[in-house]
Amino acid sequence: MKQQDCVILENKPLTELVWQMKLQADTSAITAPGQFVNLKLEGLYLRRPISICDWDEESLTIIYKVVGEGTQQMTTLQQGSKIDTLIGLGNGYDTSKSGSDPVLLGGGVGVPPMYGLAKKLLGEGKSVKVILGFNTKEEIFYEEQFKALGAEVFVTTADGSYGTKGFVTDVLKTLSYSYFFTCGPMPMFRAIEAVAQTSGQYSFEERMGCGFGACMGCTCKTKYGNKRICKDGPVLEREEVVW
Amino acid sequence: MVNTKVNLCGITLDNPVIPASGTFGFGQEFHELYDINCLGSFSFKGTTLEPRFGNPTPRIAECPSGMLNAVGLQNPGVDHVITHELPELRKIFHKPVMANISGFAVEEYVQVCEKLDREDGIGWLEVNISCPNVHGGGMSFGTDPKAAAEVTGAVRAVTKKPIIIKLSPNVTDIVSIAKACEDAGADGVSLINTLMGMRLNLRTRKPIIANVTGGYSGPAVFPVAVRMVYQVSKAVSIPVVGMGGVSTAKDVLEMMMAGATAVEVGAANLVDPFASKNIVEDLPKVMQEYGIESLTDIIGAAH
Repeated sequence: MKQQDCVILENKPLTELVWQMKLQADTSAITAPGQFVNLKLEGLYLRRPISICDWDEESLTIIYKVVGEGTQQMTTLQQGSKIDTLIGLGNGYDTSKSGSDPVLLGGGVGVPPMYGLAKKLLGEGKSVKVILGFNTKEEIFYEEQFKALGAEVFVTTADGSYGTKGFVTDVLKTLSYSYFFTCGPMPMFRAIEAVAQTSGQYSFEERMGCGFGACMGCTCKTKYGNKRICKDGPVLEREEVVW
Repeated sequence: MVNTKVNLCGITLDNPVIPASGTFGFGQEFHELYDINCLGSFSFKGTTLEPRFGNPTPRIAECPSGMLNAVGLQNPGVDHVITHELPELRKIFHKPVMANISGFAVEEYVQVCEKLDREDGIGWLEVNISCPNVHGGGMSFGTDPKAAAEVTGAVRAVTKKPIIIKLSPNVTDIVSIAKACEDAGADGVSLINTLMGMRLNLRTRKPIIANVTGGYSGPAVFPVAVRMVYQVSKAVSIPVVGMGGVSTAKDVLEMMMAGATAVEVGAANLVDPFASKNIVEDLPKVMQEYGIESLTDIIGAAH
């Protein structure tokens, strides 16, 4: 983990409620896709944890959905201003278990960490399928970016306004794959758990105090004992999750 | 050269800065970031006789200038702490550590203290009779002078290590409880634990925290803490460890002027993992700024 006052290089909306922010950052503490940053915002006491979408040596990209006071304030931050950031938190996805053709499932604002993960898996020479789930056509983001990486991309919308009508599991049922990785809301996780044919990894969300394992604010029970979502997670293996 | 040393119950601290229990784990997470031997000491995660998962999540909520927590004393139990956490802690921290202990019955406090009394490297036993987030124990001992005295006397009988009783602010008269602890043999008192609070989610119309209530900490509670440290330190002759919203070196000075011999730093560690280290490094500068040569000179200066 590193603490840095990062310069905001870009902060723009992708859809009505989803924004993309690029930060100039020392990313040496990032060890895996699926890790997150923790942002200090003006006038708010606790930091706000946001998953890392993509990174290179000197910058990182996060994608956030406006859901409350913190994320609302983030939309007002100007390019060139600085933001106090803890970088490289959490365990991230372990790609060593993926097999040769994993499938990635992202639901809504769970899509962003799938991007860095797809990039890593493709870089390791694996064949990558990505299923992106949204409610409506208007909410879709990053379809083209995943295609540009070279992944095979499927999009689902709950209302059928684009792609396959239904949920990510409606596509998952039709595919063959060696392993799965996912990030999204709990109902999506339960649906995946019901139909997935292989082992896999889930990334969980929880209200956090510190984000680096000190406060025990986000502990959950697993089959391998208590785990802190922020430090021992957010990624848990399918076999250890207690539903 | 300014002198930042203080003496807490017979043990000299290089400086009065002590990360508070529950915000510093057993030191490992912070050791990854800086050499924690710069600290005066630290108070490790509240330990009970049996392992505890704690409360269901969410356990945390944002508040004006602070936070609510209802972790509920999650810890691996005293035996695991002795066999696993303490050996690791001794590798990274080479000063006396403060052992924070909690219980649900007087006998539990006694058993945990007995076990920890035999352990090297533990300087003080900080006996938490003020956790607002557990039921059937915790704070119920800290809200009644008789019960507080009973716990104090019972642990006094089983340890020679200094006992510091951690007090609750959720009481009508904290002074009477502090005095009861002093009379029962406490070597010091620490205060304040968190203030009981609550937040609601306007969309669900229900409490944000699964435990319904939580403990409020952070800069918002600092004035309450200063007031209580002032009142208690005037009334007792044992050392007072001040805490509650301390976030800067100036806060440390203010807490000491109010009557604290040492100062614990809590929620600030969670928001800024370097907070305690920064406070230690800033202390000499702010001491000079306020014309303080030795920190012991300002303890209770406001009285």
